[in-house]
Amino acid sequence: MKMNRRQILMLMPAAAIAWESILAGTPEEAPNYKMSEHWWSMLIDISKCIGCGNCVRACAAENKVPAGHFRTWVERYHVDDENMTEPQVISPNGGFDGFPAATEDTGKYFYVPKLCNQCADSPCTQVCPVGATFISPDGVVMVDRKYCLGCAYCVQACPYGCRYIHPELEVADKCDLCYHRITKGLTTACCENCPTGARQLADLKDPKDPIHEFLRTHNVQVLKPQMATGAKVFYNDLDGSVR
Amino acid sequence: MNGVEGFMYPNEIALQWSVLIVLYPYITGLVAGAFILASLVRIFRVEAVRPTYRLALLTALSFLLVAPLPLQFHLGHPERSFEMYFTPHSTSAMAMFGYVYLWYLMAVLVFELWLDYRAEIVQRAQSTKGLLGLLYKAMTLGNYNISHEALELDEKIGWIVTLIGIPSAFMLHGYVGFIFGSIKANPWWSSPLMPIVFIFSAMVSGIAAVMLIYMATTKMRGLKIDVACVDAIAMYLFYTFIIDFALESLDLIHRIYEADESFRSLDFMVHTKLYIPHIVIQILLGTLTPLVLLAITQLVKLPERLRKRLYVIAGSLIMIGVFAMRWNVVIGGQLFSKSFLGYTTYKMHLISKEGLLVSAGLMLLPLAILYVLVRILPPWHEGENQVLAEGAK
Repeated sequence: MKMNRRQILMLMPAAAIAWESILAGTPEEAPNYKMSEHWWSMLIDISKCIGCGNCVRACAAENKVPAGHFRTWVERYHVDDENMTEPQVISPNGGFDGFPAATEDTGKYFYVPKLCNQCADSPCTQVCPVGATFISPDGVVMVDRKYCLGCAYCVQACPYGCRYIHPELEVADKCDLCYHRITKGLTTACCENCPTGARQLADLKDPKDPIHEFLRTHNVQVLKPQMATGAKVFYNDLDGSVR
Repeated sequence: MNGVEGFMYPNEIALQWSVLIVLYPYITGLVAGAFILASLVRIFRVEAVRPTYRLALLTALSFLLVAPLPLQFHLGHPERSFEMYFTPHSTSAMAMFGYVYLWYLMAVLVFELWLDYRAEIVQRAQSTKGLLGLLYKAMTLGNYNISHEALELDEKIGWIVTLIGIPSAFMLHGYVGFIFGSIKANPWWSSPLMPIVFIFSAMVSGIAAVMLIYMATTKMRGLKIDVACVDAIAMYLFYTFIIDFALESLDLIHRIYEADESFRSLDFMVHTKLYIPHIVIQILLGTLTPLVLLAITQLVKLPERLRKRLYVIAGSLIMIGVFAMRWNVVIGGQLFSKSFLGYTTYKMHLISKEGLLVSAGLMLLPLAILYVLVRILPPWHEGENQVLAEGAK
């Protein structure tokens, strides 16, 4: 590519801004965003999920999730009326490519999207030996990649299987609710790409957020409530067989 | 698919903690157990086991020096491990590691060894030349006072250090048990008994290790094994093992009787993937067999030669059994899904950062260190050797 002097001069301010951003070593600023004004969560409506895998693909593309690992995934449950507590569950490649057609007529089938539950009393942050994983003031559990030792203690401590060790970076990795997006007023990649609105980002500190009305009027549950982790991913219509 | 049966959460398929994390509690257990054996002499005045006192301390030091290595090899970013010292996370059990380790290494083991060897270090510093002489001179820390009063003071301080060392040894290994026992997400680990079971199994393995090392080194030196000494060690080993067995049985019975939501999954695992390492190696071969053998030596008056053979067999089986116990805790705890709906498989590589060869090397390294330490700081007196050698003839 040939460039003349005029074109180079025109590009220089952009290059200077980019260089400054690199030097600063911090994410792009979100000047109107105040962490203290938010408390992020997610609402998942089981009855709306069709198992298309759009959320898994969008998440992988947005967050450069390595193959074979998942910040979010979808499980398909098959619960037979004769054995309600022993469901048949599949999640081929995390639901990335969708699901095969159901083969049995008996029982019920439904899809359960999973992601980090952004626990308020998270067991993973509790065990991190250096505090590299932490809860942000706006309620998102995050990992400082420059600080994480890669000991995997947090992976062991998560009851939901939401964490993994990034094979190239060798640090813990997990869903951070697309923090780079939500702090700019956008929704998460998975919510944005869900064709049925089964996933909704919610802000529990925002009194105008429809989550409040929804929580008041629906049968909403969190995963593994007996773990007392203060999970903030709420499931509507969650079947008792879901683990 | 990838050795998975049933359903695993997609991120659970590959195990996070490998055989290296099996070595870590095994090695620290040997340290704690060896130290407890040494404390029998110093604190509880069990004179019969005195021949193993210094050897036990040197064994503990050899293994302790190696203890952090499996962790370092395992970390994704070992170069950041110093952060655990400088910015430890107060709610993390693992963050304590650096402090517990350093405390145990410097304030207990090295200090006690130094006090015990001080007179010999000074003598050797004055009589040895060359590099080794310089080493001994450095080890004196500039203190050449080995008067009767000074040595008496050493003895008193050594006693106090050992006294502090006993709870420290319990802390060193109990805390390793707590690392596993405090994980509520994992029902195979989550148990308040875990630290106590770890401590007692540590004592069993450490005592067995020192007994075997004592018997092997004495044999290699062409000397007669002090039978009264190994008899006493075997007796303590037997009683400690009974407590350990009772605790582990209690844990097992409690799980079976309570049969909580995880029971069916764990029970299935023990009867399939963990059958050989848990039922056969840990319980039958590594616990019940040595317990019966040791019980025979305690109940029946056997000839000396046979007793010694039984001790060697029982000791070796115990070493295998305790290793299997660590394996079953660490690896077993990752073979089932936290959904309780499936199982995965652990694949150990021969040559890799966390493979079999590295693990075998790390297991042999303490013995190499012990060999060097015994050369620099012989745990036995030369005169005593001659007397014993004559006795052997």
